[in-house]
Amino acid sequence: MIEVHNLNKTFFTPHKVRALVNVSAMVEKGDVVVVIGPSGSGKSTFIRCLNQLETADSGKIIIDGIDVLDPKTNINKVRAEVGMVFQSFNLFPHKTVLDNISLAQRVVRRRGKEESYQKAMSLLDKVGISDKANVYPDRLSGGQQQRVAIARALAMDPKVMLFDEPTSALDPEMIGEVLDVMKSLAREGMTMIVVTHEMGFAREVADNVIFMDEGAIVEEGTPEHFFQNPTHDRTKLFLSQIL
Amino acid sequence: MPRKFSSIIGGVRRKEQRNYILSVIAFFIILAVLVGGLYYATAQIDYVWRWFRIPQYFVFKDKIPVQSEIEGDVEKITIRGETAEVTVKGTGETASYIVPADGITVYEGDTIYPGDALGAYEEWKAGILLQGLWLTLKVSFIAIFFGIIIGLFGGVARISSNPAVKWSMIAYIELIRGSPLLVQIFIWYFVLGTLINNLLAQQGMGQVAPLWFGVAALACFSGAYVAEIVRAGIQSIHRGQSEASRSLGMTYFQSMHHVILPQAFRRIIPPLAGQFISLIKDSSLLGIIAIRELTKATREVVTTSLQPFELFFLCALLYLVLTSTFSILLQYIERRTLDQ
Repeated sequence: MIEVHNLNKTFFTPHKVRALVNVSAMVEKGDVVVVIGPSGSGKSTFIRCLNQLETADSGKIIIDGIDVLDPKTNINKVRAEVGMVFQSFNLFPHKTVLDNISLAQRVVRRRGKEESYQKAMSLLDKVGISDKANVYPDRLSGGQQQRVAIARALAMDPKVMLFDEPTSALDPEMIGEVLDVMKSLAREGMTMIVVTHEMGFAREVADNVIFMDEGAIVEEGTPEHFFQNPTHDRTKLFLSQIL
Repeated sequence: MPRKFSSIIGGVRRKEQRNYILSVIAFFIILAVLVGGLYYATAQIDYVWRWFRIPQYFVFKDKIPVQSEIEGDVEKITIRGETAEVTVKGTGETASYIVPADGITVYEGDTIYPGDALGAYEEWKAGILLQGLWLTLKVSFIAIFFGIIIGLFGGVARISSNPAVKWSMIAYIELIRGSPLLVQIFIWYFVLGTLINNLLAQQGMGQVAPLWFGVAALACFSGAYVAEIVRAGIQSIHRGQSEASRSLGMTYFQSMHHVILPQAFRRIIPPLAGQFISLIKDSSLLGIIAIRELTKATREVVTTSLQPFELFFLCALLYLVLTSTFSILLQYIERRTLDQ
């Protein structure tokens, strides 16, 4: 489903940082891959490169058979197939919850108003906040906003979902409701790449765990391997600090 | 303790209230001194205030004569209610004219030559000041309309990633903001106007009126400022908004249209209002290229009536009415977009 070969990315502002160093990864259809690592390790840059919110300097990304970095590729078509959920939700504050979810369906997928609203309502039902359809995002709690953001991404019927620290901006008591939605999504067979600090989620849901540090993948493996017998010292150190 | 405490608070309140009232009184005293001083000064130079002369420059009753087209005698005047029919009989021809009954200036038996007035209609007409006010309003609103269009596209172009688009926009904005509006009006009228009208004449086409060069100067001038306001508005919208919309597959323009600009629009209404109020005031410069807007109209009336004090005060007051009406309107729009 997703192939990443030798991805490199260097930031020059505010100062020179090698954010990605020869990152390669494979994600099979239906897999849930959890990317963990200390802050500044390049995990966010990695998934932001996948849908071209950041442009990699070199390397190759293939999503569903399409070469993402090929200049001839229509990146908007790729992005429509790759849903993304952000740390800070990024809901559209001037639109109601319903319009947040139906806007891109109408504009990008060219669905009719009726169809897009029906889809939006069924997704709101799925994330458990169908009673908030007509309110504006600033009336919602963080957890509710993030669930709307997930519904907004799902409305495009994406083949892959990217989660960039979806629970890091939430109050502790709201993390559970967002993780529950993500877990049920994983059970339905959605291909997911999740950058997170939620080790419980990684242990429970992940098919594969990637540990990154200083822009490079240090260790990769199943959760069992990863949490019980990590091989690298850096991984052991990280796990001992957070568990 | 509590009682004493509250009495201290009460004392502070009373003192604050007394200070407030004293300040208000002081304000009105200053105002009265200024107005009185001005009046006293005008009295010293024997200026006679004649406010009663002013209304005629807004509306006046014009007399439109009814003229005879033939030579002959007034044969008959038939009065029917408010109108009268005057019949003129010449050699071999007769003509009848309808004239208001109280406006007849001839008698039966008078000898009439072609062009002589038989009577006159009275009609209310807009005076020169009202016409000037209307022209100011018209010029300002056309310029604001095009200023918004220039500014909207200019603001988006200003942050384009294409250097050709971006740098031409920066050059335009810096050029306009860095030179006096008066000079720009001269360039539009004397340079571009001459070029355009001569080229049009060579092609055998009609001429462009000075008004439109004035409007173009104002629109381009305000367009540059609006572009900067729009740019700042767009850049004030959090990056996450464009990332979210682009990650859903929207193109740059779809994202601008549906997500960024609607949010930016709310934030730029207050600075836009300020910009357009100064545009209304700047339109007073158009008098120098023979556009008779409010200020030019006032100056013309001053030269005929010799009442500069009343007229210039009035002129300023009329601008104040225009700008404050506009400002209230925009505040209303702003509240509407914030509520929803």
